[in-house]
Amino acid sequence: MTAALPERPKLSRRFRLQYEEAQNRWVLLYPEGMVQLNDSAAEILKRCDGERSLSDIVGELEQVFNAEGLAPQVQALLEEGQRRGWID
Amino acid sequence: MAGSTDPPTVGQPLWLLAELTYKCPLHCVFCYNPTQHAHIHDEMSTAQWVDVMQQARKLGAAQLGFSGGEPLLRDDLEELVQEAHAMGYYTNLITSGVGLTPARAQKLKDAGLDHVQLSFQDSTKELNDFLSHTKTFELKQRVAKLIKAHDWPMVMNCVLHRHNLPHVRKIIEMAVALEAEYLELANTQYYGWAWVNRDHLMPTREELQVAEAEVNAFRAEQDAQSSGQKCRVLFVVPDYFEERPKACMNGWGAVFLSIAPDGLAMPCHNARDLPGLQLPNVKDTPIAEIWQRSNAFNAYRGDSWMKPTCRTCDERHKDFGGCRCQAFLITGDATETDPVCSKSAHHHKVVQVVKNAPARRNIPIVFRSDAESRALHPAP
Repeated sequence: MTAALPERPKLSRRFRLQYEEAQNRWVLLYPEGMVQLNDSAAEILKRCDGERSLSDIVGELEQVFNAEGLAPQVQALLEEGQRRGWID
Repeated sequence: MAGSTDPPTVGQPLWLLAELTYKCPLHCVFCYNPTQHAHIHDEMSTAQWVDVMQQARKLGAAQLGFSGGEPLLRDDLEELVQEAHAMGYYTNLITSGVGLTPARAQKLKDAGLDHVQLSFQDSTKELNDFLSHTKTFELKQRVAKLIKAHDWPMVMNCVLHRHNLPHVRKIIEMAVALEAEYLELANTQYYGWAWVNRDHLMPTREELQVAEAEVNAFRAEQDAQSSGQKCRVLFVVPDYFEERPKACMNGWGAVFLSIAPDGLAMPCHNARDLPGLQLPNVKDTPIAEIWQRSNAFNAYRGDSWMKPTCRTCDERHKDFGGCRCQAFLITGDATETDPVCSKSAHHHKVVQVVKNAPARRNIPIVFRSDAESRALHPAP
């Protein structure tokens, strides 16, 4: 069952978001596992602090990257993150 | 393209397994440690381990497992965890729970330990204590509560075989009751002591199917619940019953670096017994050189070492020819296709082991111990 996305998504305390110098990318670390993130996933997850809302995150990313219409991409990543337990 | 060979590419050792000691208070019949452990001395010092962790971190290692034997037997574990944490590792303690007192748990928490994997042998006291040849069932229950009290994510690991497969539902319920985030139901892999005891441990196909159906039923029930703590159940495939081999270690020398208590560096923690490998030692060789240039780490990289069965197979980049240790143990040749694969000319040997096991259980079961180790490997 897919639950609705939380109003203010927060990275689960069971996952650690960390920049890996040797890999030149952000990763999510968890018990005996590692997810290698692409740049956009990392930028989204960095902002999942339980304070920003989905539209805050979209707005911020559109401003920082001088882009428009990022909402569907952010939504899809957060849904995947929720399914995989990254998002509380 | 079938028939062509790719040059080996060298990735990063993302996963460092630090086997701090082969000493263990338990005597598990399915332990994968080398059966000659009683002859392996010269454990590395704290400073040597810190150096190993530093070198591997620089090469890209991010996951670090402290294992053994029982890593809690090292009284410098807290110090090693603290150093590892400061280097940016995600630290995992892989333990039987023996020695995890409230005082040590607190010190490990303060040192920055990220996660604990706790092994259980069964959901019943009788079988847990019999298989480990110790009275540890109640202790493990207490340790599980201690792990949760320190807010660590907990992986419960239970090695499965014919004795406990019928209890799989109870084992899952125990993991849920103890609030484990993950349960690894690891069907026995036949190396080390498990290889010695394989006829005793080998289930029948029917026993496996029943257990797997129980696992799937639990997953479906849990998925149907919209709320509540989830326990992710992993069912490690019993590869003797498969038609294709596992992608062992995700490929030889691809991401996994194992360091034994005496400093031997291995692409797989069971590689000590493979013939023809000059296993390097971190006491005298830099890890970068070991990882990139050693004979041992390059021996089975890429596909030029493969026998034609594998080299011409479209699936060779999926399973890398399977497990080298298994190929050696069953065919006597470490470059053979893993005989679990139905394309292997030796596949019938795996089928025979499974078929013959029930009739061969009158031989005594061998508990892991120093005495049995010396009996199996008389001093050179």
